[in-house]
Parts: sequence; structure tokens; C-alpha cells
Amino acid sequence: MTAPPLLTIDKLSLDFDTRSGTVKALEDIDLTLNKGEILGIVGESGSGKSVLSFAIMGLLDEAAKLRADKISFGGMALNAKSVAEMRGRELSMIFQSPRTALNPIRKVGKQIEDVLVRHAPLPRKAAKSAAIAALRQVRIPDPERRYNAYPFELSGGMCQRVMIAMALACDPTLLIADEPTTGLDVTTQAVVMDLIRDIAAERNMAVILITHDLALAGEYCDRVAVMHAGHIVEVAPAAQVAQNALRHPYARRLFAATPAASAELEDLAAIPGSLPDLRGTLPACRYMARCEIARPDCAQAPLPAHDISPSHLVRCRYCP
Amino acid sequence: MPLLLTLLRRIGSAIPSVFGVILVTFVLARALPGDPAAYYAGASATPDSIAQIRSQLGLDQPLIVQFFGYLGQLAHGNLGQSTSSGQAVLSDLIERLPASIELTLTALMFALIVAIPLGIWAATRPGSWVDHLCRLLVTLGAAFPTFFTALTFVYIFYFQLDVAPEPLGRLSEIYYTMPPRVTGLLLIDTLLAGDPEAFRAAFAQLILPAISLGLFALAPIARVTRAAMLEALGSDYCRTARAMGLSRGRILFVIALRNAALPILNVLGMVFSFLLGANVLIEKVFAWPGIGAYAVNAVIASDYAAVQGFVLMMALLFIVLNLVVDLFASMADPRVRYDD
Repeated sequence: MTAPPLLTIDKLSLDFDTRSGTVKALEDIDLTLNKGEILGIVGESGSGKSVLSFAIMGLLDEAAKLRADKISFGGMALNAKSVAEMRGRELSMIFQSPRTALNPIRKVGKQIEDVLVRHAPLPRKAAKSAAIAALRQVRIPDPERRYNAYPFELSGGMCQRVMIAMALACDPTLLIADEPTTGLDVTTQAVVMDLIRDIAAERNMAVILITHDLALAGEYCDRVAVMHAGHIVEVAPAAQVAQNALRHPYARRLFAATPAASAELEDLAAIPGSLPDLRGTLPACRYMARCEIARPDCAQAPLPAHDISPSHLVRCRYCP
Repeated sequence: MPLLLTLLRRIGSAIPSVFGVILVTFVLARALPGDPAAYYAGASATPDSIAQIRSQLGLDQPLIVQFFGYLGQLAHGNLGQSTSSGQAVLSDLIERLPASIELTLTALMFALIVAIPLGIWAATRPGSWVDHLCRLLVTLGAAFPTFFTALTFVYIFYFQLDVAPEPLGRLSEIYYTMPPRVTGLLLIDTLLAGDPEAFRAAFAQLILPAISLGLFALAPIARVTRAAMLEALGSDYCRTARAMGLSRGRILFVIALRNAALPILNVLGMVFSFLLGANVLIEKVFAWPGIGAYAVNAVIASDYAAVQGFVLMMALLFIVLNLVVDLFASMADPRVRYDD
């Protein structure tokens, strides 16, 4: 790893000012991503994983207060202005529930064309064939016919492929996939994930895969970052996930909570407690209240980060 | 051609409504108090002469036979005679309808030009002064009855400031010549006649009634535009568009506005029918020779044929209006075309 990373984030924090107080949505996020790497960000709902991706994309609303020592992408500082230039071209994003993420009253082919034309001045005819080529690339059968389809005429899996085709139309170097398989049935999930992995490998494109499914992340990613309540608590090579070698108590609980195919309902191991309220003062370790190995000094800052290996980092004072 | 199919299907589904309307107007006329035969026969009639007139009018026939007779009359475009104007009801209505249409369309146009930009603007800046202005206008427009705004306008702009012409109809025939009737809409007919003076005068007559009527229409349009735009701008597909780097203008005016078009269109249909009703009051205030004023006079004079003709025509107008709204809706939203 001699090349500089594609994306570097140092000490990113994000607050939302609301009527009922300031919500500390993200705190001290450090993250790097290399070219062509697939990074999984895993956590339960509300852990801040989607908000982190919106922060990278510059899609936060005005109530958000973002601070960071450094956010750089491809050697350039990412700020509101530069990210607006890069969206859809250098970095792109796909979302969960693809059926609502597409404009319901425009033909899917036209929607892809709109993105193409926006970023590269193309005559309409060339744009159309490029859009059809983009549909073909995501393995949509009969792309000439699908070009004319409206989103409501396509299945959820098809819509997600259209989303991917749209996101990849301008050949981005980073794709953020925000729970791309939520709401799709299991076989379609695998098809969509295979597609993302294959295209990423083909184009040497980096992917941030946001999911609550640790097993999925372990299977498709190179590295996995586990988030809890706005902190990244552990970053590890994906191989560690399969070997159940994660260290942080939350990550271990998350692993144990993944249902096995043979599991009965009562075998499911839920994680006790719920996410802390992110308003007001919080202990240094935000998992403390739910943790079985917590001790009183877990509340004291700073939250230590210790390296198990150069590529494996855990932020916990007492984990083994 | 899914669009053409939709149109045909909608027209087909309008037929029962038309039949229902005819049935109701027929029954309504029969249910009204009083005996038309005695009314026609006059004060000095004997029971014999009343019976004679009744059989002349066909009123001694069974109701079902009378109904078919009525259908036959309608098929020949015969809505009966108005007792107050002494003319055929149909020609009275045709004579007066354009005045109401011109007023309503101008009012609607005014409402659209103000309400839609205001609604869009308010939706892009929720909580700002524009948003509050929008809310204020919506509340005022909904709270004040049209005749009150109309009278206030007449008081301020005609009586106090004297910038508006006197509120007496469409065109002062003392100073201007009525253009030959082509469309019945004075703004168009004066231009066709090559009379810009008359055009200006007709327009000046139209401003106050159209604005008083339009203010009333403005409120629901602005409210729905704001709400529909807020919903569209907060939608997943607009977020996608932002993530794909599409421009702000395109997201606002092409993606969001086109998606908001459907609810706006639906409320437009509703507002248009409110306007036809509100016309009655405005026409009274401005001595506007439209069908609203005609209907009021007919009710006061117990002119049943005229009332019946008015109700039938309004009902048909509503049906046509709904057809047009449906048609536009299916053009605006492909999903509508597939609904049954």
C-alpha cells in the first residue's frame, strides 16, 4: 500500500441543531479508503452510518454542523463546493428502496441519460445509446426495451440495477451503496451484491457498503468498520469477521446476533439496551451502558484506540 | 396509444353521470312545489281548462313516459322556455355563458400566476418570510368571503381612488361598441374586431371581479403547490438527483415540479368548480351578465325551466371539467394511465 488512499477522513464530527438540543450524530470519525477497495460500514439503525455517507457526499441539510480536521478525496480537499462538482461524476451513491429512489414519472433510460448529459455534453442520440449501454452493463436483459420502462413497471431488483447503472454511468472512482439490498428478496440481494463487486473489480472502483448485515459485509468487503452511536468502534479486515475475530464487545454482540440458517426465533441473540440518546453529555464510550465488560473509567475521555494489527483497530479500553 | 384509450374510457365512464344528472334535474322539477298547469292556466282558470293544459303539457302521462318525452326534448336541444326572459332557456344560457367563462378563466389565470410561484418559493424556504407570506395569503383568501373582498375592492378602487371603471357589467356600451360576437369572450372578440380601445375597456372592467374571484382560488392552489413541492423536494428521487449531481434548477423545476403537478392539477379542477359557484356572488356585485346572475334571477322568479337548464348545464360543465383534468393527469403521470 504505497499509493495514497483515495479517501481520507480525519476527526470528522457532525452535530444537528434541533429544537430539543444538539444531537451529536458523529464524533471523531477517522477513516481511510484505498482505490478499488470495498469497505463495509456496519451498525444498527441510528448508528450514524447513513449520515456519514451523506456527509461524504455533501448531501446533509442545513441543520447539520460538520467539522473535520481533514476530508480529502483523490488528493483534493472535499468541501461543499468541490463535492458538488464531483457528485455523480467522481463519487456516486445508490440507496435503499430503489423503487422510491427513482423518479416515478420519467422513463428509466431518460433518467440515466439526464445524468450522462449533465456531466458530459453529449448529443441526445449518443446519450441514448450510452444509457442503453449502461443498462446492459448492469446485466439488465433487453436493455433497449427497458430503456422505455417507468420505475413502477420494474421489479425492485430491476430498479436497483437501474440505480446502479445510473450511479456508474459516469464511471465514478467511489460508489457509496447505502443498504442497497434492503427490501430485496434474498436471491436478488446476492445478484445485486455480486454485480456491485464485479463492476468494482472491473473498474478498480472503491465502494463503501453501508449495511446492518455484518455477514453480508464480511462476505463482500475487504475491510469492515463497525459503528455504534456515531463512533467507529472497530475497523478490521473482512476475514476477521468470518473468523469471529472481532474484539469490540459491540461488534462481538453484533456477530452473535446474526441469525444462522438453522436458528429458531428464540435462539436469536438480541443486543441488550438501545442506542443512547445523542443529545446532552455522553460518556467517552457510548456503548458503556450496554456493555457487559464496562467499568466506571470507560466514561473518561479520551476513548483509547488500540491497534491489534496495522489493519485492525479497536476503540475499547478493556476488550481482550 | 394508452392516452387515447384513457380518454375513451373516461368518456365512457362519464355517460352514466350524464344520465344521472338528467334524471335528477327531471325529478327535481317534478318535486318542486306548485302545479305548472295551474301556473300556466292563470288565475281565472277553471278545473276543466287546467286539465286541458295539463294534457297539452303531457303532465297527465305516467312519469316514465314524461321522462322519455323530456329526454326527447333534450336530444333536440330544447330546454324549455324561460318565463322571465320569454326566450328559449338554451339560447339564454349560450348568450350568457361566455361572460362567466371569461371571468372564471381570467380569475383562474390570475390565481395560477400568483399561487404557483409563491407555493414553489415557500417550499424551497420553509420557515422564511416567503413561507409566512404564503401562509398569510392562504388564510386570508380562505377566510374572506368573495362578495366581501369584491365590495371592498369596489369601495377602495372605484369609490375612493377612482382608478377602476364603474362596476357595471363587461363593457360600457355608451362609450364603446360591442364587438361582433365570435367567441363571446370580449377580450378576444375586441381584438378580432380590431378595436384596442374596447379591449382596454373590457380588460379594465374585468380586473376587479377577476381579482376578487381569483383571491379566493389562490388560497387552495398555493397551499397545495407548497405541500406538493415540499413532499417532492424531500423525496427519495430528489435525493437521488442531488446525489447524481443534477443541477438545482433542474431538480426544482423539472423533477420536483413535474411530480407535484398531479396534486396541483387535481386541486385546479376543484378550484375551477368552486369558481363557477362563487361566480354567482361576484356577478351580482359587478352586474356581470353571466349565468350565475341569470340563475339567481331565475330562482327568485320561480322560473323552473331556467333553473333546470342551469343545473343541467353546470353539471355537464363539471363532467367535462373532470374529463379534462383526468386527461391532463394522465399526461402528467404515466401511472394514472394504467389505473382502471
